[in-house]
Amino acid sequence: MAVPESIFRPFSPSDAERSDRAAGDRLRHRQKVRQCIRDNIADIIAEEAIIGKDGSRIIKVPIRGIKEYRFVYGDNVPGVGQGEGDLEPGQVLRRGEGEGEGKPDRAGDRPGVDYYETDVTLDELVDIMFEDLELPDLERRKLRELPAQRILRRKGYRPAGLRIRLDKRRTVKSKVRRRLATQRRSELGLGDRFPFHEDDLTYRHMVPDIKEESNAVVLCMMDTSGSMDTMKKYLARSFFFLLYQFVRTKYRNVELVFIAHHTEAREVTEEEFFHKGESGGTFISSAYQKALEIVRERYHPSLWNVYAFHCSDGDNFEADNPAALKLAEELCEVCNLFGYGEIKPLGSRYYEGSMLQLFRRVEAENFHTVLIERKEDVWPSFKAFLARDRARE
Amino acid sequence: MLRSYEIRDLIEWDQRIRDVVAEFGLDCFPQEFEICDHNQMLGYMAYSGMPSHYPHWSYGKAYEKLKTLYDHGVSGLPYEMVINSNPALAYLMRDNTLSLQILTIAHVYGHNDFFKNNFTFQTTRPEFVIGAMKSHGQRVRSYIESPSIGIDRVEQVLDAAHALSLQCRRNLAIRKLSEDELRQRKLEAAEPREDPFARVHKRQTSDEPDLHKVPLEPEEDLLLFIRDYNPFLEEWQRDLLTIVHEEAQYFIPQIETKIMNEGWATFWHKRILERLELPQDLHLEFLVRHNQVVRPVPGGLNPYHIGWKIWEDIYRRYEQPDPEEEPTLESGVRSGMEKIFSVRAADRDASFLRRHLTERLVRELNLFEYRVRGGDWVVTEVADDDGWRKIKETLIRSVGMNNVPVIKVEDADFGHQRMLLLVHEHDGRDLHLEYAEKTLAYVYQLWGRDVALQTLVNGKKVLLQYGERGFTTRQLTR
Repeated sequence: MAVPESIFRPFSPSDAERSDRAAGDRLRHRQKVRQCIRDNIADIIAEEAIIGKDGSRIIKVPIRGIKEYRFVYGDNVPGVGQGEGDLEPGQVLRRGEGEGEGKPDRAGDRPGVDYYETDVTLDELVDIMFEDLELPDLERRKLRELPAQRILRRKGYRPAGLRIRLDKRRTVKSKVRRRLATQRRSELGLGDRFPFHEDDLTYRHMVPDIKEESNAVVLCMMDTSGSMDTMKKYLARSFFFLLYQFVRTKYRNVELVFIAHHTEAREVTEEEFFHKGESGGTFISSAYQKALEIVRERYHPSLWNVYAFHCSDGDNFEADNPAALKLAEELCEVCNLFGYGEIKPLGSRYYEGSMLQLFRRVEAENFHTVLIERKEDVWPSFKAFLARDRARE
Repeated sequence: MLRSYEIRDLIEWDQRIRDVVAEFGLDCFPQEFEICDHNQMLGYMAYSGMPSHYPHWSYGKAYEKLKTLYDHGVSGLPYEMVINSNPALAYLMRDNTLSLQILTIAHVYGHNDFFKNNFTFQTTRPEFVIGAMKSHGQRVRSYIESPSIGIDRVEQVLDAAHALSLQCRRNLAIRKLSEDELRQRKLEAAEPREDPFARVHKRQTSDEPDLHKVPLEPEEDLLLFIRDYNPFLEEWQRDLLTIVHEEAQYFIPQIETKIMNEGWATFWHKRILERLELPQDLHLEFLVRHNQVVRPVPGGLNPYHIGWKIWEDIYRRYEQPDPEEEPTLESGVRSGMEKIFSVRAADRDASFLRRHLTERLVRELNLFEYRVRGGDWVVTEVADDDGWRKIKETLIRSVGMNNVPVIKVEDADFGHQRMLLLVHEHDGRDLHLEYAEKTLAYVYQLWGRDVALQTLVNGKKVLLQYGERGFTTRQLTR
């Protein structure tokens, strides 16, 4: 049987250029991944310690929903592999990998290993989160692209220093001066080359600029009583996160203090702050007391700009209210800005207590209350909160 | 030294290869070769080799995955891809060496012959496939661009259809009966048997068959069933289901014959290249490449290796059988060639392994069975006197469509509420429940009413249900 003549189509570079055929589908896939991250952002933010972290930090994001589901067999199904002849029944081939990488290939059409997690940098996540908060682009730029502050200040001149700080004008002046002085003495011709001498070189001297007013501390206070669930913590966290990002753009040295409270207040790490779910009631005054103590001990208002924000669902013990009110007023005296955010996911407003009424009695100018019911409220509340700060400037 | 090539070298070698192919009696479609670079190859791979295809994000995902693996050097690219079409279409990687191109061209003719002659491919209509895929692509794009439909709705249907695409008939060589034929058959089956002793026997009772039941017989083509029996689907939705179903049916033979097909192409490229009398440098490189292709993957299963070994073994047994093998041979077959050509036409992976994977081969290939226990991969059977049979059984159950659970539509009006009842034909392997739940949600989406799936979980009969209130499970007593 003769085999029919075959056809060869040579490589065509122009075809190859045009042939990025998967581009559209890849874009769509990437949109889906991003959507998945956005859908899970409450969980991610609730899980990861990210507020005080560097933007290039990589965060592992579990992705659910990009899997392609089919009817498949479960894990109790045996498979066949090819060995090297020295295997014994009961021998462990690979330990503890379960599903995922390293799985021996199976013939046939098993769904391949799907992405279970993807890596994003914190900055990307912030982008996605700002997207989530439907931040207008302009605002984002304003917050994120403010130039960094100078960290060095000029202080006089020195005969030695870094090349880059050589003050050319002064160096030349010094040379000219020396030349004039020499000429008068030895009467040299004007056309001769007159070289620089080491003594001519003049460098700008820089010293670190410790600007006291560029220190800021953000006091994050949160109710960690049993009633604060993941959603509430997410909303609180979003707010703290924005506040921190904002304050960071304005001050060179920003410190964070986390105060968790229920009936007692403790200073905690970020991780504990968002993870510790404690049960029991709430004394808001305890947090303010603690904040005042910390400010007094470590962040004196003459050296630090103090931003304080307290998130709670407003479920305070009635008996604590007068004390809370009094301490809030005291806090206002030491803070640039003090805010109280009440977080009440929609619908819960009617059967839970509220501190908003009470705090209306606080007269300080730099005190502000916000009510957050949905994630869409975080951004407007945040803007309103800062408007207070701007008004004062 | 590795030799580079010009197109005319390939044409020349192809001419010689075709002569050898004809001499061996392979029977091929006309062949077209296209030279492509690695980006194009990645593109073809993501779209199962099709020059045109409808768009869907899952192909973008496939592309990203392939590219990531390739860029990080985890996996290389195949030397070629061959499409089951007439003329057959194959892609060759531009950057391969001359020796590798020669090997690949020979390999391609092996696949080409297999596509043309294996019975599972008889229903794939290779003359039309390229055009059909193109038309599918155009239709899907037109739905996406239509202002009244748009990409989101198209994607919704495609996502669901993809989830069910392999729930279809496996043996396409068996003709599907029409509705009328089924009804006829039911009536005939219900007729009382002719009984010569009718006088002494009790009168036979015959139950009236329920000819209004939908479906009359359990139905395996899920997408087609939903297309035909959900009256609320719009025309474009029906069309999408048809498209996805058609493509799945086209690819099923390739899933069903992976080991045979790769083994066959490997068997032939080796023989063809040995006949070509390659110059020594090309021949040495060929030997290295061939060994790379058939290298067993420790812990895994290389279909090229397994398949090739079995073909070689069949050939050997009919050429020089050992005395104890004599009685197992098919009578009347005179040569190894004759035997392998008839096997190539008449088997699929499952029957191929059942008939031709001998105890000797199981031992020689060092096959073993493993299970996952507490996340560890544990060897459960090795190729000893008892073990080899179990290993063979397990292997047969995990090849081709045997790895896709059989799920049939039992009743379209379950509980008289137009609930769709599916039944999983349990064969000892439980379903992956998370996947079952999510897939059932897709069935619900397409069917538009509650759906239920009957299966066994840990030996207990359960009904997995998906409806307005989400996913529920219920243990069945009967």
